[in-house]
Amino acid sequence: MNSEEAINQSTPVFSVRDVSKVYQMGEVEVRALQDVDLDLYEGELSVILGASGSGKSTLLNILGGLDTPTTGTVRYRDHTLHDADDSELTRFRREHVGFVFQFYNLIPSLTARENVRLVTDVAVNPMDAAEALAMVGLQERIDHFPAQLSGGEQQRVAIARAIAKRPDVLLCDEPTGALDFKTGVLVLEVLERVNRELGTTTAVITHNSSIADMADRVIRMRSGKIVEVEHNETKASPAELEW
Amino acid sequence: MTALNRKLLRDVYHLRGQLIAAAMVVMCGVASFVTMRSAYNSLLTTQQTYYNEYRFADIFTNVKRAPEGLTEQIRQIPGVASLNTRIVVGVTLDVPGLNEPATGLMVSMPERRQPVLNDLFIREGRYFEPGRNDEILVSEAFATANNLQVGVKIGAVINGAWQEFTIVGIALSPEYVYEIGSAAMLPDNRRFGVLWTNRETLAGAFDMRGAFNDLSITLAHGADEAEVIAQVDERLKPYGGIGAYGRKDQTSHVFLTSELQQLQTSGTAVPIIFLGVAAFLLHIVLSRLVRTQRDQVAVLKAFGYSNISIGLHYLGMALVAVVVGGIVGVLLGMWAGSAMTEVYAQFYRFPLIRYVAGAGSLSVAVLISGGSALIGAISAVRSAIKLPPAEAMRPEAPARFKPGLIERIGFQKLLSTSSRMILRSLERNPMKALLSTFGIALSVAILIVGRYSADAIDVLTNFQFEGAQREDATVVFTNPRPSRARYDLLSLPGVLYAEPFRAVPATLSFGHRSKRVGISGVEPGGELRRIMDMDGKVQDVPITGMMVTRQLGEAVGAMPGDTVRVEILEGNQKVRKIVVSRFIEEFVGLNAYVDAGELQNILEEGGSISGAYLRIDQKMEDEFNEAVKKTPAISGATFRRAALNSFNETVAQSQNISRIVMIFFACVIAIGVLYNSARISLSERGRELASLRVLGFRKGEVTFYLLGEQAVLTLLALPLGYGLGWLMLLGLVKGFESDLFRFPLVMSAKTIAFATLVTLGAALISGFLVRRRIFQLDLIEVLKTRE
Repeated sequence: MNSEEAINQSTPVFSVRDVSKVYQMGEVEVRALQDVDLDLYEGELSVILGASGSGKSTLLNILGGLDTPTTGTVRYRDHTLHDADDSELTRFRREHVGFVFQFYNLIPSLTARENVRLVTDVAVNPMDAAEALAMVGLQERIDHFPAQLSGGEQQRVAIARAIAKRPDVLLCDEPTGALDFKTGVLVLEVLERVNRELGTTTAVITHNSSIADMADRVIRMRSGKIVEVEHNETKASPAELEW
Repeated sequence: MTALNRKLLRDVYHLRGQLIAAAMVVMCGVASFVTMRSAYNSLLTTQQTYYNEYRFADIFTNVKRAPEGLTEQIRQIPGVASLNTRIVVGVTLDVPGLNEPATGLMVSMPERRQPVLNDLFIREGRYFEPGRNDEILVSEAFATANNLQVGVKIGAVINGAWQEFTIVGIALSPEYVYEIGSAAMLPDNRRFGVLWTNRETLAGAFDMRGAFNDLSITLAHGADEAEVIAQVDERLKPYGGIGAYGRKDQTSHVFLTSELQQLQTSGTAVPIIFLGVAAFLLHIVLSRLVRTQRDQVAVLKAFGYSNISIGLHYLGMALVAVVVGGIVGVLLGMWAGSAMTEVYAQFYRFPLIRYVAGAGSLSVAVLISGGSALIGAISAVRSAIKLPPAEAMRPEAPARFKPGLIERIGFQKLLSTSSRMILRSLERNPMKALLSTFGIALSVAILIVGRYSADAIDVLTNFQFEGAQREDATVVFTNPRPSRARYDLLSLPGVLYAEPFRAVPATLSFGHRSKRVGISGVEPGGELRRIMDMDGKVQDVPITGMMVTRQLGEAVGAMPGDTVRVEILEGNQKVRKIVVSRFIEEFVGLNAYVDAGELQNILEEGGSISGAYLRIDQKMEDEFNEAVKKTPAISGATFRRAALNSFNETVAQSQNISRIVMIFFACVIAIGVLYNSARISLSERGRELASLRVLGFRKGEVTFYLLGEQAVLTLLALPLGYGLGWLMLLGLVKGFESDLFRFPLVMSAKTIAFATLVTLGAALISGFLVRRRIFQLDLIEVLKTRE
């Protein structure tokens, strides 16, 4: 049995059914998601690909318990997320989810180590902040403030922060969006390594189709809908990517 | 330390300027509270201890002459715990170093020292020796004002005979904590003093052997004061008793109580204002901080921080300001409170003023400052909590701008681009502009309140010493004299004009309520004394009926048109029914006025006078003074100029101290509000300003844009502040109102100018501080970070 079959045969970690999301943006109503169905599996690295405004960030926010769907159901293992209240969602995020954002969202007043500790402080079984930073290759820069780090370094701190709590799922929103190619590859290598070594279910959203090659599965979105789901027969390593 | 707390510390450090400003306002609030509360507590405790230890009486009364044997009967009255009889007389004094005659109240004490009611605390020297009738103790206030030492000799006219006494001691009595002559409104310690001497001395001189003319009583626990008074009055009536009264009518006690009430009022009102402003400032700082940190809030939420911990995190910021401000405020307040208590020692004579900060008030200070922070922080914190994490992650939608009102009217051609940006940003967020304006207006208002006492004193002195009181001197006879005595006065050296007056003590009652007052008979068209209302309008006394101050009317519950019962406390004590014809609004006291002719009818006497107001040739003042000292019929003289000077030296000076403190606090608030407002607007606009600089705007232009908005807000705030100040004064004046005093509602041009200048000055300083930061903007750094 190859790895791909193992993924497909296991029960899904996330199960999304008929999910729609409507935003009120000032005077306009935006339908960010329309009737989306999606499963994500244990240990899988999936890439959600779509142009700006395709609804991929909204989908990720809903998966991560940052937002709730307007209609439809979302399940994470035995939790239902679509009808969870604020404190249930908070607990879900605290116990299960690690986030990586496009703009890193580090707390500027805290050093790299302290940014990681911000998360380990409230986690149940975290790794040491230094260990997490070592995993992303930043052991040398551990006491630097965000303003003293390059964009790639900041994003790696953000990844360290996300993985330090040993999350069950890692959700990354355009993790390379603000980075140049070389730095982007470096960040993707870290993500790949975390997925491989820790077995963390990982979803990466991006508009950069080259990144899709490193995924187990590629989910393409357009105008709030999933238009295609594709299995990669062979995953490329981040070093092989090019854009 | 958790990472979140570390963030708190660093944010606090980063926001230190604004938090210090807020903390200083909290400090002012707490300090003013602790100052006034502790002064109040100290004064109250001191008063109570003094009253207890020196047996301050509960009931006081005077009679013409009652036999000592009567005391046994009075002692039998149920409710009377103990009593003391005395001889108390008014005398004219010749004080070394004082040209004009002084008035003395001579109080008899037992031959040998023994515990009596209204006992003496001897500050210096000793009690007089038995059998010595030339030894005397003088009150401390009088001794200090006249620089009288133990051993100095002082002359007195005792029942028409000149006598010299030696001062053997300087003493204090709970009866004269506030030492003020009867009918005087302000203390004049140089010209009025209390003296204690051997009872035998006075008994001999005033034909009071085996008799008394003054009685003090203490009540048994649970006794009914009114009932005891009624019974005492009944017993004393045949001997010329003029009605007993309780502590609530005892002059010194009334002044002290009124002072305590004022302290309590300002100790409540002022801190409320300050802490309100502190809450408001914290609200502004925090809500804007939360807005600039919305992405950080989102991250915290994304990683599972609960609403409570995020809420506490931002609340912590407010708490830092409150704790720091609170601690410094408590210390400052205790220092200022003890200083203020010292100042009171100048006016209220206590053996020892004990400063008690009072654990109670300190804990209340902590509670209310914590509470104010909570109130200020709560809505900001709630908005941080309420941010849905996914939404918080997105940058705030760009603000929707549209042409503002002024532009729609078509004035835009007159405005530069910068001015248009200022206007649009104000019009875009009117709520924010309104809040800032309100904050600045509050500081303007507090400045106005801070300077109020100066205005009030100006108005009062002007009213009293220029408007109502135009005589040079007032003389009072020992006993009412026939009206021809006026011509005797005219024959005194230097007297140019004499305007006689008649005043009688009386008890005025309506229903079951009564008050002891002085009724003045007023000659129509008086030159030297005029009855003026609070607006400075001269009021004519009605031909029939009685004109009373509103306070007096309200004190007994009588309205114009009601008939009150008037019991004259002089001579054969006639009782009359008199109609209250109208009220007069006066600053001071419970006064009743009737026409001079009407008073003669009431008293059924053919024109007697109690004294006269005099105009005196200044060149002959010395001769006049000498003559008065030697005129036995005159029990005392008061001088307008001396009273004014004494007022300026004491009351006005003490007011200066508290005014300086208030104004300092108000300045702190003005700077706190304005600096915060400018800083916040800088932090909100940092990127925008940097962008302008990148586009080629000069530093000056960018500064104009930022500070121009502040300037507009400040200018809008000024008139609003005047209005708010007026409202605060209205509340304060109402709160201060007592039977004794009312304060004028006044806001002088000087005060408005002062508040305006300080506010503009604070705005300039804040602008200058912020301008430095604009100059230091790191353009590249600002543009690199994400929106």
